[in-house]
Amino acid sequence: MSVELAQVSKEYPGGVLALRDVSVDIPAGDQVAVVGPSGSGKTTMLTILGTLERPSSGQVRVAGHDTTRASDGQLAGLRAHQIGFVFQAFHLQESMTAVDNVATGMLYTGMPLARRRELARAALERVGLGHRLDFKPRQLSGGERQRVAIARALAKRPAIILADEPTGNLDSKSGAGVLSVLHELGSDGATLVLITHDVNIAGEFPRRLHMRDGEIVEDERG
Amino acid sequence: MTDMVLPGENVPAHTPPPDTPTEIGRARLPFRELIGVALQGLRTRKLRAALSALGIAIGIGAMVAVVGVSSSAQANLIAEIDSLGTNLLTISPGTDFLGNSAVLAPSSVPMIKHMLHVENAAPIYQLTNANVYRTPFVPAEQTGGIGVDAASENLPKVVGTTLAAGHFLAGVSQAYPEVVLGAQAAATLQITRVSGHVMLYIGNQWFVVVGILNPVKLDSSLDSVAFISLPMAEKYFQQLPEPSEVYVRSTQNNVTSVANLLPATANPQDPSGVSVDRPSDVLEARAAAKGQFTTLLLGLGAVALLVGAIGIANIMVISVLERRGEIGLRRALGATRGHISIQFLAESALLAAIGGAFGLGIGAGATEIYSAAKHEPFIVPLYALIAAPTAGFIIGALAGLYPAAKAARLSPTEALRA
Repeated sequence: MSVELAQVSKEYPGGVLALRDVSVDIPAGDQVAVVGPSGSGKTTMLTILGTLERPSSGQVRVAGHDTTRASDGQLAGLRAHQIGFVFQAFHLQESMTAVDNVATGMLYTGMPLARRRELARAALERVGLGHRLDFKPRQLSGGERQRVAIARALAKRPAIILADEPTGNLDSKSGAGVLSVLHELGSDGATLVLITHDVNIAGEFPRRLHMRDGEIVEDERG
Repeated sequence: MTDMVLPGENVPAHTPPPDTPTEIGRARLPFRELIGVALQGLRTRKLRAALSALGIAIGIGAMVAVVGVSSSAQANLIAEIDSLGTNLLTISPGTDFLGNSAVLAPSSVPMIKHMLHVENAAPIYQLTNANVYRTPFVPAEQTGGIGVDAASENLPKVVGTTLAAGHFLAGVSQAYPEVVLGAQAAATLQITRVSGHVMLYIGNQWFVVVGILNPVKLDSSLDSVAFISLPMAEKYFQQLPEPSEVYVRSTQNNVTSVANLLPATANPQDPSGVSVDRPSDVLEARAAAKGQFTTLLLGLGAVALLVGAIGIANIMVISVLERRGEIGLRRALGATRGHISIQFLAESALLAAIGGAFGLGIGAGATEIYSAAKHEPFIVPLYALIAAPTAGFIIGALAGLYPAAKAARLSPTEALRA
């Protein structure tokens, strides 16, 4: 599924211009790293790509749909079925087991619970946590928690995966494990956009967008 | 440029292939899942949920207890009235046209007894110049508030009471000085049994106590009276055989018509001077008064409930602030604003409904303890079984409105950053 930004700007209340006239085209199946110092507008771009936020001006098209004119319900539908998020802070629910955390990722698709749990188990197996199904987040290591979060994002087989510094809270070894899991997903044909400030991690991606002060300063390939 | 395609809309056939917008399903949250999510939210914060539900439980419990206790007391009183009968009437001379005290003729009693629909009638004759003492050495002014009445043999049966001890005035009492005490009179004189020739000094004459009455619930004024027979009253106190009051039992279905005819029958010359009462009216008024009293207590229960509702609203507002991360995550997972607000609304309503159900238990328990202690029937009105949790649910939903709206307004990105 393709994502396309056309002259997108985002201004926050108080006059902070987080994005200035950004235009970028990410075709379906692309794996893109977004690199830049903090405050360069990476996360803002990701939330706009993920339809969690609307741009102040410009156009956002996800899979050919103009999201700027869609309703809250339509955007929620898009996120529920097609977009998977991975956050730096994991955002797992402490009271739920790994399976239920992953199953909650598909809650708003309207799928029955039994089916969601089935898909959740398969997704956890896939990220190598088949032996941790009924563990609560606090019983898991940081790397395992992030893999649960990745399983939650991929269990519904989204067309787009958006990851915001997924290795930011992890040591280098677990970080490498998380990245390899994410790279494997690319083989499914899902579009992957990953934010990082680590140039080494970005180097493993075929396409790199360098950002500074709310603008894409370099679109690097190969 | 193509717009977003909603389910059910046709995808335009001429759109170029690489940009074909795929149909995207809607974000959904089935009702069953909503309940699961709400329960999960409550389970995560058990202590807090329990404490805020307690506020509602106490309010509902207080209201259920008030309704239950008053229903039990009312049921008890109504059962008592039914067992005593509502067909007892009393007539007394009252005052005549000129305001002088009237008298009932001795013949009025047989006249009343012969009336259609009258089952029985028992006169009493109040003695104005006699007092009761244990011995002649008791100072004359210490009367104990006990009056002396002459009564006919059938008085206990007509007024619906029984004897606690001994027997009532019988045929032999017409010829010998015998006395029967009302319940209060016996208590005042500290006489609890009739064996061993207990004597009382009435006027200048000793009387033997032969019986003690149980309380007369329909007319408690009879409880503080000592009864002697009319011939004895005539002999020792020169009592005129003019009834001061006549107790009349009519058939159950003709109370009103008998009551209407009684004045003219008792005193054909001056019917307006005769007053007719129905003692059970007093008890019925008391039963109704118990119902009135509950309104005030229900108001107090409602105040407790309001405080509980504010407590829930307060907790939910805090919960929304604390759970910004969860709200942001759910939005990212595809929840609409509506899904977020309905989740918080459901949590709040469910919490209060559980509180209401517990309150029903508390109220029923309090009623059970009260009615067992008072030997009254245990009654919690049937409507309370449904009303208590429903009231909780509605209160919770109202209390959750503001927090739910607040949660829905939260920007998802801001929440995820927090």
